[in-house]
Amino acid sequence: MHELSICRSLLAEAAAVASRHGADAVTSLTVGVGPLSGVEPGLLERAFSLACCGTVAEGAALRFETPPIQVRCRTCAGVSAAAANRLICAHCGDWRTELISGDELILMSVELECGDGDGTDTADTKAGSADTRAPCAAAGA
Amino acid sequence: MCQSCGCAVGPKPAVSGPAASSPAALDGDGRKGSARTVDVLQALLADNDDRAAHNRAHFDAAGVLVVNLMSSPGAGKTALLEATIGVLARQPGGGPRLAVIEGDLETDNDARRIRARGVPAVQITTGGACHLDAAMIHDALDGLDLAALDLLFIENVGNLVCPAGFDLGHHQAVALLATTEGDDKPAKYPVLFRAVDLVLISKADLLPHLDDFGIGRAETAVRGLANEAPVFPISARDGTGLQGWIEWLGARLAQNRERLSQRPDATRVPHVHGHDVGGRVGLDHAHPHPVHHAGSNPP
Repeated sequence: MHELSICRSLLAEAAAVASRHGADAVTSLTVGVGPLSGVEPGLLERAFSLACCGTVAEGAALRFETPPIQVRCRTCAGVSAAAANRLICAHCGDWRTELISGDELILMSVELECGDGDGTDTADTKAGSADTRAPCAAAGA
Repeated sequence: MCQSCGCAVGPKPAVSGPAASSPAALDGDGRKGSARTVDVLQALLADNDDRAAHNRAHFDAAGVLVVNLMSSPGAGKTALLEATIGVLARQPGGGPRLAVIEGDLETDNDARRIRARGVPAVQITTGGACHLDAAMIHDALDGLDLAALDLLFIENVGNLVCPAGFDLGHHQAVALLATTEGDDKPAKYPVLFRAVDLVLISKADLLPHLDDFGIGRAETAVRGLANEAPVFPISARDGTGLQGWIEWLGARLAQNRERLSQRPDATRVPHVHGHDVGGRVGLDHAHPHPVHHAGSNPP
Protein backbone atom coordinates (compact mmCIF):
# COMPACT_ATOMS: atom_id res chain seq x y z
CA MET A 1 0.00 0.00 0.00
CA HIS A 2 2.97 2.30 0.54
CA GLU A 3 3.57 1.92 -3.20
CA LEU A 4 1.41 5.03 -3.66
CA SER A 5 3.83 7.04 -1.49
CA ILE A 6 6.70 5.72 -3.58
CA CYS A 7 4.83 6.77 -6.73
CA ARG A 8 4.57 10.31 -5.48
CA SER A 9 8.36 10.44 -5.02
CA LEU A 10 8.83 8.87 -8.42
CA LEU A 11 6.57 11.41 -10.11
CA ALA A 12 8.11 14.36 -8.27
CA GLU A 13 11.57 13.30 -9.38
CA ALA A 14 10.44 12.68 -12.97
CA ALA A 15 8.79 16.11 -13.04
CA ALA A 16 11.99 17.73 -11.78
CA VAL A 17 14.07 16.02 -14.47
CA ALA A 18 11.54 16.98 -17.16
CA SER A 19 11.59 20.57 -15.96
CA ARG A 20 15.41 20.70 -15.94
CA HIS A 21 15.47 19.51 -19.53
CA GLY A 22 12.55 21.62 -20.70
CA ALA A 23 10.69 18.45 -21.70
CA ASP A 24 6.99 18.37 -22.55
CA ALA A 25 6.39 14.87 -21.33
CA VAL A 26 7.94 11.86 -19.67
CA THR A 27 7.26 8.81 -21.83
CA SER A 28 8.92 6.12 -19.75
CA LEU A 29 10.65 5.62 -16.43
CA THR A 30 13.06 2.86 -15.49
CA VAL A 31 13.10 1.96 -11.82
CA GLY A 32 15.52 -0.34 -10.01
CA VAL A 33 13.58 -2.32 -7.38
CA GLY A 34 15.61 -4.75 -5.29
CA PRO A 35 13.83 -7.78 -3.79
CA LEU A 36 14.70 -6.41 -0.32
CA SER A 37 13.47 -2.88 -1.01
CA GLY A 38 10.06 -3.72 0.43
CA VAL A 39 8.36 -2.63 -2.78
CA GLU A 40 6.38 -4.95 -5.01
CA PRO A 41 6.81 -4.01 -8.70
CA GLY A 42 3.30 -5.18 -9.67
CA LEU A 43 1.67 -3.02 -7.00
CA LEU A 44 3.92 -0.10 -7.91
CA GLU A 45 2.85 -0.41 -11.52
CA ARG A 46 -0.84 -0.36 -10.61
CA ALA A 47 -0.40 2.56 -8.23
CA PHE A 48 1.59 4.40 -10.90
CA SER A 49 -1.19 4.07 -13.48
CA LEU A 50 -3.41 6.07 -11.10
CA ALA A 51 -0.86 8.43 -9.62
CA CYS A 52 0.51 9.57 -12.99
CA CYS A 53 -2.82 11.11 -14.06
CA GLY A 54 -2.60 14.82 -14.63
CA THR A 55 1.19 14.84 -14.31
CA VAL A 56 3.93 15.31 -16.88
CA ALA A 57 4.32 11.50 -16.82
CA GLU A 58 0.67 10.69 -17.53
CA GLY A 59 0.49 7.45 -19.48
CA ALA A 60 4.25 6.88 -19.25
CA ALA A 61 5.54 3.31 -19.33
CA LEU A 62 7.09 2.05 -16.11
CA ARG A 63 9.97 -0.38 -16.58
CA PHE A 64 11.66 -2.37 -13.86
CA GLU A 65 15.16 -3.65 -13.32
CA THR A 66 15.72 -6.12 -10.48
CA PRO A 67 19.20 -5.99 -8.95
CA PRO A 68 20.19 -9.42 -7.54
CA ILE A 69 20.55 -10.02 -3.82
CA GLN A 70 24.26 -10.30 -3.05
CA VAL A 71 26.07 -10.46 0.26
CA ARG A 72 29.70 -10.06 1.28
CA CYS A 73 30.82 -12.30 4.12
CA ARG A 74 32.38 -10.52 7.09
CA THR A 75 34.23 -13.72 7.99
CA CYS A 76 35.68 -14.98 4.69
CA ALA A 77 35.10 -11.84 2.56
CA GLY A 78 33.49 -13.95 -0.18
CA VAL A 79 30.70 -12.47 -2.27
CA SER A 80 27.70 -14.66 -3.04
CA ALA A 81 24.12 -14.61 -4.22
CA ALA A 82 21.50 -15.04 -1.49
CA ALA A 83 17.75 -15.42 -0.99
CA ALA A 84 15.72 -12.60 0.57
CA ASN A 85 15.24 -14.46 3.83
CA ARG A 86 18.54 -16.32 3.90
CA LEU A 87 21.40 -13.83 3.68
CA ILE A 88 24.01 -16.47 4.44
CA CYS A 89 27.49 -16.72 2.93
CA ALA A 90 27.44 -19.43 0.24
CA HIS A 91 31.18 -20.00 0.67
CA CYS A 92 31.60 -20.58 4.41
CA GLY A 93 27.99 -20.65 5.66
CA ASP A 94 28.42 -17.78 8.14
CA TRP A 95 25.42 -15.53 8.74
CA ARG A 96 27.59 -12.49 9.48
CA THR A 97 27.29 -10.89 6.08
CA GLU A 98 26.55 -7.47 4.70
CA LEU A 99 24.13 -6.82 1.90
CA ILE A 100 25.89 -5.28 -1.11
CA SER A 101 22.98 -5.42 -3.57
CA GLY A 102 19.26 -6.13 -3.50
CA ASP A 103 17.64 -3.38 -1.43
CA GLU A 104 17.77 -0.66 -4.09
CA LEU A 105 14.81 1.56 -4.82
CA ILE A 106 16.06 3.97 -7.45
CA LEU A 107 14.77 5.96 -10.37
CA MET A 108 17.43 4.94 -12.88
CA SER A 109 16.43 6.84 -16.00
CA VAL A 110 13.58 8.61 -17.73
CA GLU A 111 12.74 9.03 -21.36
CA LEU A 112 11.66 12.54 -22.21
CA GLU A 113 9.77 14.06 -25.10
CA CYS A 114 11.06 17.51 -25.85
CA GLY A 115 9.59 20.25 -27.99
CA ASP A 116 13.00 21.70 -28.88
CA GLY A 117 13.76 19.78 -32.05
CA ASP A 118 12.61 20.43 -35.59
CA GLY A 119 9.07 21.80 -35.42
CA THR A 120 7.39 19.43 -37.85
CA ASP A 121 9.20 16.43 -36.57
CA THR A 122 8.33 17.27 -32.98
CA ALA A 123 4.64 17.67 -33.76
CA ASP A 124 4.62 14.35 -35.61
CA THR A 125 6.48 12.57 -32.91
CA LYS A 126 4.21 13.90 -30.22
CA ALA A 127 1.07 12.94 -32.10
CA GLY A 128 2.49 9.51 -32.82
CA SER A 129 3.58 8.80 -29.32
CA ALA A 130 0.30 10.05 -27.86
CA ASP A 131 -1.45 7.29 -29.78
CA THR A 132 0.76 4.59 -28.38
CA ARG A 133 0.76 5.70 -24.77
CA ALA A 134 -1.39 3.85 -22.32
CA PRO A 135 -4.59 5.61 -21.27
CA CYS A 136 -4.76 6.93 -17.76
CA ALA A 137 -6.10 4.21 -15.47
CA ALA A 138 -8.23 6.70 -13.54
CA ALA A 139 -10.04 7.89 -16.65
CA GLY A 140 -12.37 4.92 -16.69
CA ALA A 141 -12.71 4.67 -12.93
CA MET B 1 7.97 22.90 17.35
CA CYS B 2 8.89 24.24 14.01
CA GLN B 3 6.53 27.18 14.37
CA SER B 4 9.15 28.44 16.78
CA CYS B 5 12.18 27.64 14.71
CA GLY B 6 10.50 28.64 11.49
CA CYS B 7 11.22 25.46 9.65
CA ALA B 8 8.08 24.48 7.81
CA VAL B 9 8.98 21.33 5.99
CA GLY B 10 6.75 21.58 3.00
CA PRO B 11 6.30 19.84 -0.29
CA LYS B 12 9.41 19.34 -2.34
CA PRO B 13 9.89 22.41 -4.52
CA ALA B 14 9.96 21.97 -8.25
CA VAL B 15 13.44 22.34 -9.63
CA SER B 16 13.33 24.73 -12.50
CA GLY B 17 15.73 26.07 -15.08
CA PRO B 18 18.26 24.17 -17.12
CA ALA B 19 21.08 25.15 -14.78
CA ALA B 20 19.53 23.44 -11.79
CA SER B 21 21.48 20.41 -10.77
CA SER B 22 21.32 17.95 -7.98
CA PRO B 23 24.29 15.95 -6.80
CA ALA B 24 22.28 12.76 -7.02
CA ALA B 25 20.82 13.56 -10.41
CA LEU B 26 23.50 12.71 -12.89
CA ASP B 27 21.86 13.67 -16.10
CA GLY B 28 23.30 11.73 -18.92
CA ASP B 29 22.18 11.86 -22.44
CA GLY B 30 21.12 9.88 -25.56
CA ARG B 31 19.15 12.16 -27.76
CA LYS B 32 17.25 11.11 -30.83
CA GLY B 33 14.89 13.53 -32.50
CA SER B 34 12.69 15.04 -29.85
CA ALA B 35 13.01 12.12 -27.47
CA ARG B 36 15.89 11.67 -25.10
CA THR B 37 16.82 9.33 -22.30
CA VAL B 38 18.18 10.88 -19.14
CA ASP B 39 20.04 8.91 -16.48
CA VAL B 40 18.84 9.92 -13.04
CA LEU B 41 20.00 7.50 -10.32
CA GLN B 42 17.90 9.11 -7.61
CA ALA B 43 16.87 7.08 -4.55
CA LEU B 44 13.07 7.15 -4.45
CA LEU B 45 12.98 7.58 -0.71
CA ALA B 46 15.58 10.37 -0.74
CA ASP B 47 12.94 12.93 0.16
CA ASN B 48 11.78 10.94 3.20
CA ASP B 49 15.39 10.19 4.13
CA ASP B 50 16.24 13.89 4.08
CA ARG B 51 13.26 14.69 6.26
CA ALA B 52 14.26 11.88 8.62
CA ALA B 53 17.77 13.35 8.87
CA HIS B 54 16.14 16.68 9.67
CA ASN B 55 14.07 15.09 12.46
CA ARG B 56 17.17 13.37 13.80
CA ALA B 57 18.95 16.72 13.89
CA HIS B 58 16.15 18.08 16.09
CA PHE B 59 16.33 15.02 18.36
CA ASP B 60 20.11 15.29 18.65
CA ALA B 61 19.98 19.01 19.39
CA ALA B 62 17.62 18.25 22.28
CA GLY B 63 19.61 15.18 23.36
CA VAL B 64 16.58 12.88 22.98
CA LEU B 65 16.94 9.18 22.13
CA VAL B 66 14.19 8.07 19.75
CA VAL B 67 13.04 4.45 19.48
CA ASN B 68 10.77 3.25 16.66
CA LEU B 69 8.60 0.30 17.75
CA MET B 70 7.26 -1.87 14.95
CA SER B 71 5.18 -5.05 14.91
CA SER B 72 2.02 -6.66 13.59
CA PRO B 73 -1.24 -5.22 14.94
CA GLY B 74 -1.88 -6.65 18.40
CA ALA B 75 1.66 -7.82 19.20
CA GLY B 76 1.58 -5.70 22.35
CA LYS B 77 3.40 -2.46 21.56
CA THR B 78 1.14 -0.28 23.71
CA ALA B 79 1.08 -2.82 26.55
CA LEU B 80 4.89 -2.90 26.46
CA LEU B 81 5.01 0.90 26.65
CA GLU B 82 2.58 0.92 29.60
CA ALA B 83 4.74 -1.61 31.45
CA THR B 84 7.92 0.29 30.50
CA ILE B 85 6.50 3.56 31.84
CA GLY B 86 5.71 1.79 35.13
CA VAL B 87 9.21 0.36 35.53
CA LEU B 88 11.06 3.53 34.50
CA ALA B 89 8.97 5.70 36.84
CA ARG B 90 10.22 3.60 39.77
CA GLN B 91 13.87 4.27 38.90
CA PRO B 92 15.83 6.61 41.18
CA GLY B 93 15.05 10.21 40.24
CA GLY B 94 11.98 9.14 38.27
CA GLY B 95 13.93 7.67 35.34
CA PRO B 96 14.27 9.20 31.89
CA ARG B 97 11.67 11.78 30.88
CA LEU B 98 9.40 10.08 28.35
CA ALA B 99 6.93 10.84 25.60
CA VAL B 100 5.23 8.71 22.98
CA ILE B 101 4.09 9.33 19.42
CA GLU B 102 1.33 6.87 18.57
CA GLY B 103 0.50 5.89 14.99
CA ASP B 104 -2.81 4.24 14.16
CA LEU B 105 -5.21 4.25 11.25
CA GLU B 106 -8.03 5.48 13.48
CA THR B 107 -8.80 6.36 17.14
CA ASP B 108 -6.66 7.93 19.83
CA ASN B 109 -7.18 4.96 22.17
CA ASP B 110 -3.47 4.21 22.46
CA ALA B 111 -2.47 7.82 23.18
CA ARG B 112 -5.15 7.93 25.89
CA ARG B 113 -3.71 4.76 27.45
CA ILE B 114 -0.26 6.40 27.57
CA ARG B 115 -1.55 9.73 28.91
CA ALA B 116 -3.42 7.84 31.62
CA ARG B 117 0.04 6.84 32.90
CA GLY B 118 1.09 10.49 33.12
CA VAL B 119 3.25 10.49 29.99
CA PRO B 120 2.71 12.99 27.14
CA ALA B 121 1.48 11.31 23.97
CA VAL B 122 0.69 12.61 20.49
CA GLN B 123 -1.62 10.52 18.36
CA ILE B 124 -1.12 10.42 14.60
CA THR B 125 -4.19 8.97 12.90
CA THR B 126 -3.11 8.08 9.41
CA GLY B 127 -6.68 7.56 8.18
CA GLY B 128 -5.74 4.48 6.20
CA ALA B 129 -2.07 5.03 5.45
CA CYS B 130 -0.16 1.89 6.38
CA HIS B 131 2.96 3.46 7.89
CA LEU B 132 4.33 6.58 9.50
CA ASP B 133 6.77 8.70 7.53
CA ALA B 134 9.28 11.36 8.49
CA ALA B 135 6.97 14.24 7.56
CA MET B 136 4.22 12.93 9.87
CA ILE B 137 6.72 12.70 12.72
CA HIS B 138 7.90 16.26 12.06
CA ASP B 139 4.30 17.47 12.26
CA ALA B 140 3.75 15.51 15.48
CA LEU B 141 6.75 17.27 17.07
CA ASP B 142 4.61 20.40 17.27
CA GLY B 143 2.82 18.72 20.15
CA LEU B 144 5.96 17.86 22.13
CA ASP B 145 8.55 19.80 24.10
CA LEU B 146 11.70 17.94 23.09
CA ALA B 147 13.82 19.97 25.50
CA ALA B 148 11.87 18.39 28.36
CA LEU B 149 12.53 14.79 27.19
CA ASP B 150 15.22 12.13 27.35
CA LEU B 151 13.45 9.30 25.53
CA LEU B 152 10.79 9.37 22.82
CA PHE B 153 9.03 6.22 21.66
CA ILE B 154 7.35 6.13 18.28
CA GLU B 155 4.75 3.38 18.15
CA ASN B 156 4.44 2.74 14.42
CA VAL B 157 1.27 1.57 12.68
CA GLY B 158 0.79 -2.16 13.29
CA ASN B 159 2.20 -3.61 10.07
CA LEU B 160 5.26 -5.70 9.28
CA VAL B 161 5.56 -4.52 5.69
CA CYS B 162 5.34 -0.80 5.01
CA PRO B 163 6.94 0.77 8.13
CA ALA B 164 10.20 -0.98 7.25
CA GLY B 165 10.83 1.31 4.29
CA PHE B 166 10.51 4.66 6.02
CA ASP B 167 13.21 6.19 8.19
CA LEU B 168 11.53 8.44 10.77
CA GLY B 169 14.71 9.98 12.16
CA HIS B 170 14.79 7.48 15.04
CA HIS B 171 18.04 6.17 16.53
CA GLN B 172 16.92 2.63 17.32
CA ALA B 173 14.41 0.32 15.63
CA VAL B 174 12.76 -2.40 17.69
CA ALA B 175 10.51 -5.19 16.40
CA LEU B 176 8.02 -7.03 18.56
CA LEU B 177 7.16 -10.58 17.55
CA ALA B 178 4.35 -12.10 19.62
CA THR B 179 4.57 -15.75 20.57
CA THR B 180 1.09 -16.18 19.07
CA GLU B 181 2.36 -15.16 15.62
CA GLY B 182 4.77 -18.00 14.88
CA ASP B 183 8.53 -18.17 15.15
CA ASP B 184 9.08 -17.94 11.37
CA LYS B 185 7.86 -14.32 11.09
CA PRO B 186 11.39 -12.96 10.54
CA ALA B 187 11.81 -15.25 7.51
CA LYS B 188 8.40 -14.14 6.18
CA TYR B 189 9.06 -10.41 6.66
CA PRO B 190 12.80 -10.08 6.00
CA VAL B 191 12.75 -6.43 5.00
CA LEU B 192 11.65 -5.36 8.47
CA PHE B 193 13.42 -7.93 10.63
CA ARG B 194 16.77 -7.64 8.91
CA ALA B 195 17.08 -3.95 9.77
CA VAL B 196 16.03 -3.75 13.44
CA ASP B 197 18.35 -3.27 16.40
CA LEU B 198 16.40 -5.45 18.84
CA VAL B 199 13.75 -8.17 18.56
CA LEU B 200 11.40 -8.60 21.52
CA ILE B 201 9.46 -11.85 21.65
CA SER B 202 6.31 -10.47 23.27
CA LYS B 203 3.57 -12.34 25.18
CA ALA B 204 6.27 -14.69 26.52
CA ASP B 205 3.91 -15.56 29.41
CA LEU B 206 1.97 -17.65 26.86
CA LEU B 207 4.98 -19.83 25.95
CA PRO B 208 3.96 -22.70 28.28
CA HIS B 209 0.71 -22.98 26.29
CA LEU B 210 2.29 -22.75 22.83
CA ASP B 211 4.29 -25.85 22.01
CA ASP B 212 4.91 -24.70 18.45
CA PHE B 213 6.83 -21.49 19.20
CA GLY B 214 10.58 -21.78 19.71
CA ILE B 215 12.60 -18.76 20.86
CA GLY B 216 15.67 -20.49 19.36
CA ARG B 217 13.94 -20.87 16.01
CA ALA B 218 12.89 -17.21 16.02
CA GLU B 219 16.47 -16.22 16.79
CA THR B 220 17.80 -18.49 14.02
CA ALA B 221 15.40 -16.82 11.58
CA VAL B 222 16.74 -13.39 12.63
CA ARG B 223 20.35 -14.56 12.17
CA GLY B 224 19.39 -15.91 8.74
CA LEU B 225 18.82 -12.26 7.81
CA ALA B 226 22.41 -11.45 8.83
CA ASN B 227 21.07 -9.48 11.79
CA GLU B 228 22.93 -9.74 15.07
CA ALA B 229 20.24 -7.89 17.06
CA PRO B 230 19.59 -9.34 20.53
CA VAL B 231 16.41 -11.42 20.78
CA PHE B 232 14.67 -11.17 24.21
CA PRO B 233 11.51 -12.89 25.37
CA ILE B 234 9.35 -10.39 27.21
CA SER B 235 5.92 -10.18 28.84
CA ALA B 236 4.22 -6.93 29.73
CA ARG B 237 1.67 -9.01 31.66
CA ASP B 238 3.90 -10.93 34.09
CA GLY B 239 7.08 -8.86 33.78
CA THR B 240 9.24 -11.56 32.15
CA GLY B 241 12.28 -10.01 30.47
CA LEU B 242 11.30 -6.43 31.32
CA GLN B 243 14.53 -5.88 33.21
CA GLY B 244 16.61 -6.85 30.15
CA TRP B 245 14.62 -4.44 28.00
CA ILE B 246 15.06 -1.62 30.52
CA GLU B 247 18.78 -2.32 30.68
CA TRP B 248 18.99 -2.29 26.88
CA LEU B 249 17.22 1.11 26.85
CA GLY B 250 19.57 2.41 29.56
CA ALA B 251 22.60 1.32 27.54
CA ARG B 252 21.25 2.99 24.39
CA LEU B 253 20.53 6.22 26.32
CA ALA B 254 24.09 6.24 27.67
CA GLN B 255 25.51 5.45 24.22
CA ASN B 256 23.50 8.28 22.64
CA ARG B 257 24.64 10.77 25.30
CA GLU B 258 28.23 9.68 24.70
CA ARG B 259 27.83 10.08 20.93
CA LEU B 260 26.38 13.58 21.32
CA SER B 261 29.04 14.64 23.82
CA GLN B 262 31.74 13.82 21.28
CA ARG B 263 30.38 16.08 18.59
CA PRO B 264 32.44 19.18 17.86
CA ASP B 265 31.39 22.06 20.11
CA ALA B 266 31.02 24.37 17.15
CA THR B 267 27.98 22.49 15.95
CA ARG B 268 26.20 23.00 19.26
CA VAL B 269 26.44 26.78 19.10
CA PRO B 270 23.17 28.44 18.12
CA HIS B 271 23.34 29.63 14.55
CA VAL B 272 21.11 30.83 11.78
CA HIS B 273 21.33 29.24 8.37
CA GLY B 274 19.32 27.60 5.69
CA HIS B 275 18.94 23.88 5.42
CA ASP B 276 20.57 22.49 2.36
CA VAL B 277 20.31 18.75 2.53
CA GLY B 278 21.65 17.57 -0.78
CA GLY B 279 20.22 20.73 -2.33
CA ARG B 280 17.01 19.04 -3.29
CA VAL B 281 14.36 19.01 -0.60
CA GLY B 282 11.92 21.44 0.91
CA LEU B 283 14.10 22.13 3.90
CA ASP B 284 15.48 25.38 2.58
CA HIS B 285 14.41 27.51 5.51
CA ALA B 286 16.40 29.33 8.12
CA HIS B 287 15.99 28.91 11.84
CA PRO B 288 17.84 30.37 14.76
CA HIS B 289 18.49 27.51 17.14
CA PRO B 290 21.22 25.00 17.88
CA VAL B 291 20.63 22.13 15.53
CA HIS B 292 23.05 19.55 14.25
CA HIS B 293 22.18 19.28 10.63
CA ALA B 294 22.55 16.30 8.40
CA GLY B 295 24.44 18.39 5.92
CA SER B 296 27.47 20.49 6.62
CA ASN B 297 27.28 22.91 9.50
CA PRO B 298 28.67 26.39 9.13
CA PRO B 299 31.32 27.42 11.64
